Amino acid sequence: MSRQRPLSPHLQIYKPQITSMLSILHRATGIALSIGSVILVLWIVALTLGENTYLMYSNLINNWFGKLIIFGFTFALFYHLSNGIRHLFWDAGYGYDLKHAYISGVAVIISSLSLTSITWLIVYLRVV
Amino acid sequence: MVNSLFESCLKYCREFKFLKKVKKMQSKSHGVAHWKLQRISAIAMIPLVIWFVSSLTFSLINSYDQSVAWLQNPLNATGLVLLFGTLYFHAASGLQVVIEDYVHNEGLKIMSLILIKLLSILLGVLSILCVLKIYL
Repeated sequence: MSRQRPLSPHLQIYKPQITSMLSILHRATGIALSIGSVILVLWIVALTLGENTYLMYSNLINNWFGKLIIFGFTFALFYHLSNGIRHLFWDAGYGYDLKHAYISGVAVIISSLSLTSITWLIVYLRVV
Repeated sequence: MVNSLFESCLKYCREFKFLKKVKKMQSKSHGVAHWKLQRISAIAMIPLVIWFVSSLTFSLINSYDQSVAWLQNPLNATGLVLLFGTLYFHAASGLQVVIEDYVHNEGLKIMSLILIKLLSILLGVLSILCVLKIYL
């Protein structure tokens, strides 16, 4: 492995397609969710340390930036969930042909966007 | 008859030798086991994530008292322990694949793999202990 060999895919001449973009987004959301899971750990740790720490945690989250992060987290979660189910179908041997790979890809986009909006609509309606 | 029996014996021996050779060439990194465990944890994450997000959305666990009361329900505590355990197992196995794919420096690769494993064990144990402390 001493020689520098070109790595595939060759990004300089690579034409992006919806299938490859979704595949990269699956990894990106996976990494983002792993980092974002620390928000959940902080929640449970703050809860364990008592009411004062919990209030500090709430103040940390309760601003436009914190809300943006959590909104992004839910989208990443629903995307990774939907596309993960798509991957499990592939692993079981279904939907490998190009046509169905595109159809399921579009389905993943629709389902992750609608699940995110439905969730935040419910939260909004309950808070107001 | 005898001849064909002898032939099939010989064929069997050859195949056996070939399989032994293949076995020697196989990677010792237990790729198949890792692949399976990653899928199993993925399948386990589906109901856990749906349950967690929907209970957060529908019951709106906002205040300190609400959150503690929610966690003192044994079903919710069980769900959270399973969620945190599966989450960090799944995260560690996913990040391992990403590191193996993109980090090509052998030393850096091993160091980041160890770091990912230790961090996910730390976060998993910490969160599960916190759930138990509030529940008990």
